[in-house]
Amino acid sequence: MLPEPVIFEHSRPGRRAPSHAPAAMADLAGLPAAALRRSPPPLPEVSELQVVRHYTRLSQLNFSIDTHFYPLGSCTMKYNPRAANRLAMLPGFLGRHPLGPEEHGQGFLACLYELQEMLKGVTGMTGVSLTPMAGAQGEYAGVAMIRAWHEARGDTARRVIIVPDAAHGTNPATATMCGYEVREIPTDARGDVDLEALRAAVGPDTAGIMLTNPSTLGVFERRIGELAAIVHGAGGLLYYDGANLNAILGRALPATMGFDVVHINLHKTFSTPHGGGGPGAGVVAANARLEPHLPVPIVGLRDGRYAWLTRQERPASIGRLSAFMGNAGILLRAYVYMRMLGAEGMRRVSGHATLNANYLMVRLRGAGFDLAFPQRRASHEFIVTLKGIARETGVTAMDFAKALLDRGFHAPTTYFPLLVPECLLIEPTETESREELDRFIDALVDIRDLARRNAAEVKEAPRTMPVRRLDDVRAAREPDLTWQGRPHPAAR
Amino acid sequence: MTAVPAELKYTRDHEWLREEGDGTVTVGITDHAQRQLGELVFVELPEAGSTLAAGQGCAVVESVKAASDVYAPLAGTVTAVNAALEQAPGLVNTSPYGEGWLFRFRPATPAAGLLDGAAYQQLLDAEG
Amino acid sequence: MPFIPHTEEDVAGMLAVIGAGSIDELFDEIPASLAIAGLPAMGAGLSEAQITRLMLDRAAADGRPLCFIGAGAYDHYIPAAVWELATRGEFYSAYTPYQAEASQGTLQLIYEFQSMMAGLTGLDVANASMYDGATAFAEACLMAVRANRKSRSRRVLTTRALSPVFRAVACGMLAGQGIELVELPLAAGRTDTGALAGLSGGDFAALAIQQPGFLGTLEAVDELTDWAHAQGMLVIGVCNPLLLALLEAPGSWGSAGADIACGEGQPLGIPLSSGGPYFGYLTCRQALVRQMPGRIVGRTLDVDGRPGFTLTLQAREQHIRRSRATSNICTNQGLMVTAATIFMSLLGAEGLRRVAAQCHANTRSLVQALTALPGVSLAFGPYCHEAVLRFDRPVAPLLAGLSAAGILGGHDLSADYPELGHALLVCATETRSADDIQAYARTLASLLAHRA
Repeated sequence: MLPEPVIFEHSRPGRRAPSHAPAAMADLAGLPAAALRRSPPPLPEVSELQVVRHYTRLSQLNFSIDTHFYPLGSCTMKYNPRAANRLAMLPGFLGRHPLGPEEHGQGFLACLYELQEMLKGVTGMTGVSLTPMAGAQGEYAGVAMIRAWHEARGDTARRVIIVPDAAHGTNPATATMCGYEVREIPTDARGDVDLEALRAAVGPDTAGIMLTNPSTLGVFERRIGELAAIVHGAGGLLYYDGANLNAILGRALPATMGFDVVHINLHKTFSTPHGGGGPGAGVVAANARLEPHLPVPIVGLRDGRYAWLTRQERPASIGRLSAFMGNAGILLRAYVYMRMLGAEGMRRVSGHATLNANYLMVRLRGAGFDLAFPQRRASHEFIVTLKGIARETGVTAMDFAKALLDRGFHAPTTYFPLLVPECLLIEPTETESREELDRFIDALVDIRDLARRNAAEVKEAPRTMPVRRLDDVRAAREPDLTWQGRPHPAAR
Repeated sequence: MTAVPAELKYTRDHEWLREEGDGTVTVGITDHAQRQLGELVFVELPEAGSTLAAGQGCAVVESVKAASDVYAPLAGTVTAVNAALEQAPGLVNTSPYGEGWLFRFRPATPAAGLLDGAAYQQLLDAEG
Repeated sequence: MPFIPHTEEDVAGMLAVIGAGSIDELFDEIPASLAIAGLPAMGAGLSEAQITRLMLDRAAADGRPLCFIGAGAYDHYIPAAVWELATRGEFYSAYTPYQAEASQGTLQLIYEFQSMMAGLTGLDVANASMYDGATAFAEACLMAVRANRKSRSRRVLTTRALSPVFRAVACGMLAGQGIELVELPLAAGRTDTGALAGLSGGDFAALAIQQPGFLGTLEAVDELTDWAHAQGMLVIGVCNPLLLALLEAPGSWGSAGADIACGEGQPLGIPLSSGGPYFGYLTCRQALVRQMPGRIVGRTLDVDGRPGFTLTLQAREQHIRRSRATSNICTNQGLMVTAATIFMSLLGAEGLRRVAAQCHANTRSLVQALTALPGVSLAFGPYCHEAVLRFDRPVAPLLAGLSAAGILGGHDLSADYPELGHALLVCATETRSADDIQAYARTLASLLAHRA
């Protein structure tokens, strides 16, 4: 693949794509000269074909679900149905102004209202707010609601949020944003939360715990009932990180596990696009205890019509998290997907995701790979540890990741969770076929065998990508973050 | 093998201290610590003149994949910082006990709870 | 079953390899007391044809009213190429570019985006986006508090001329960390610079100014910036990025320029779509980059010395620094940034300038047409792109009448700015024609006449 110049390198003074802007400059009457820009912003001047060709070429430098198997653990990279995109982008939906009156939004609001109801169903919760715009903002909403509940009771001594050491980094970062201290608790050798450590950690300062179940270690927290009793017994609440909801869809409900509030990543479980890093949607659902604190707006019914409920109707709400209504267009995509699945389809999602993960896990163990938790059933994902191979050959998880790219597979998640050395967190999802999984297994075996024969060759990977391994240290020591009118000064 | 100069004092957080004989103490991170972090890309230092509480996070050493706090080993007042690290954080990697020092401070209390070279070496051996 | 490729033979063969009798058996670690049989309330799945029919009907039910509302989201023309390209599967269905070698397309595009946003705002560096303008503003305030080492204040000064929803969202996000927003009052629709003297010597980490203000009025940005700097504050500029092709960049405000800029990216090629997904942008001076939240892309070299792009300065972020990260943000608004980058490339500086100028001219025509009616007057000026009209009677019934005629007449300010009386914020973007404006004026005239 040939490198593609930066868009600015295609630019020539005076070149235009004129059909997209008014043909002439309008009158600026009424604008004081002092407010006007003195020199034009340095944007590229390119033709429409140059733009189309440039960004088409850039797109071709990416791996994506549409082009490659993408078994990225904890990210649920399943097929994003085309129908969901097309229907969310109907002109009627795209053209609607967020402050437009409700009578010009009954169709749109009907979709959101029904989505709220479906999300109550899959979590077992009593209330839903769709406004959080990503998982981390859903986490923020959940923890802020826990804080609001304690404060409403006048209990201001609770300043600690408990987080397992295997948790995603957003969990502790969220607790900090909500003004809490973070107390980490360890995981036992079987991958469960260490309940003795939890008992020792809870107390009158416990605001709550943030937990993912199945956990980021790819196993179901079997003693969740006991765990919930410990936290509730100490006066704390339980927050469910819905990152792994795909594993239990239609099999178990966060509400009956004892959780008080949950966020769901619609861009994972409900197949809205990841878009090269978003937009996501991190909707929150809560039980009766926390429901009054849900962020606004929420879609409700008023006189038989769909309407926005704001702070006036919901005075205990933690308030707004976005200028308008969160990532509305993403919510429509999730709605379409969920309606297409229906009851049976949802249960099949978790069933086949778990089937694929366990099949991969058993076959890889048979091929001689070490599992982090060999005695456990995989959820929709599982962890291989390459510690033994790394010690034997010097080839690390990072090297495996890069070598997989050369074999046409996106790498699994590497070096997360941090407590398993040299780990690959593998999540195949339900939309991959057995043949694709078999090819992936062959590739991993091939890399491992090559590592034993010729470790240096694995460490040379990738060789077939647009670039080879990049110098991250140079990138951070000499940050080059914007185009300064010239190619990289040290480029060969 | 990582270097553990015998003449320095150490903390359990992999920092070293050197008494300068003028009432000030120089602080850096150990060879072991810099190896664990990998090539440093940024060092955030305290401001000269600022006061430190014992155990307070007062500097940050950053590599591409990790960021680690450096804690004040004792209470005191910062008298100097190693400004060269702003442009050349890699000095911590190439010379952790020399040009890669982090800051100098005047302790407000007598040294306590520090390890000598042999005890620090034992700690490293125990961590495996 | 939708989207699942397994045949019955596949399932049987895979279960045999696993040594399980059924798919349900794979869930045997879930305690029996927690297991459910299914989700019957979800109903049966719909075919693609059925869901298409349903969604077409619902989209049609909402109609296509003529929109004169702005207030933070604007109805601009989006060139066909923008979303044709942005929804290519290779952009649409890619993940965050953590595996740099397999994500050069997304990474290079973000680098181009960062360059364009830095250029538009006249600052040095940009991040890869925040969720929306409101959260970008909240993060800018948090960033300023961390960055202003001289002041250590946990208060940020802002003004009533700044978007009320931006202030509301920021208030909530800042409160968790014990940071307070303090507001300067308005005088004639803009920040009352007469109130500054009373605040001199007050300890604030930053001053946040929106240009033009939420009410469309132009702020005294040079004076405000210089005053804030003299007080040891950082300056945060909140700007509509499209208008930055026309108005002075925050990086050039006053004698030293703002330190941080942020805002709502929607005007750059993002459909109105009932409020989202949009994206927030955030730019700053080089010296503040380590306090920046969110992802940042840098250009570097590969082992063969060829240039390439990668996520960088990641030690700021939650996946490394966990509870001490600059923010909890992880997923941002990547696809929106893809569209915005393509949009800015197609329009260029001159195209953006013409669109912005046409918006201003159309709003001016609208103001002239409406203020020719009895009981309607311009509240204040000078304005840009949006304006506040004052009425001799409550606005809500008029808006309802307009809406019934298929016209969205503007944003009623009575809830957020009761001190302005019967006030309406109106906007006519470049997509509103002279006929549209006349239709609005005619309809309003008859409403005013009937209900006088």
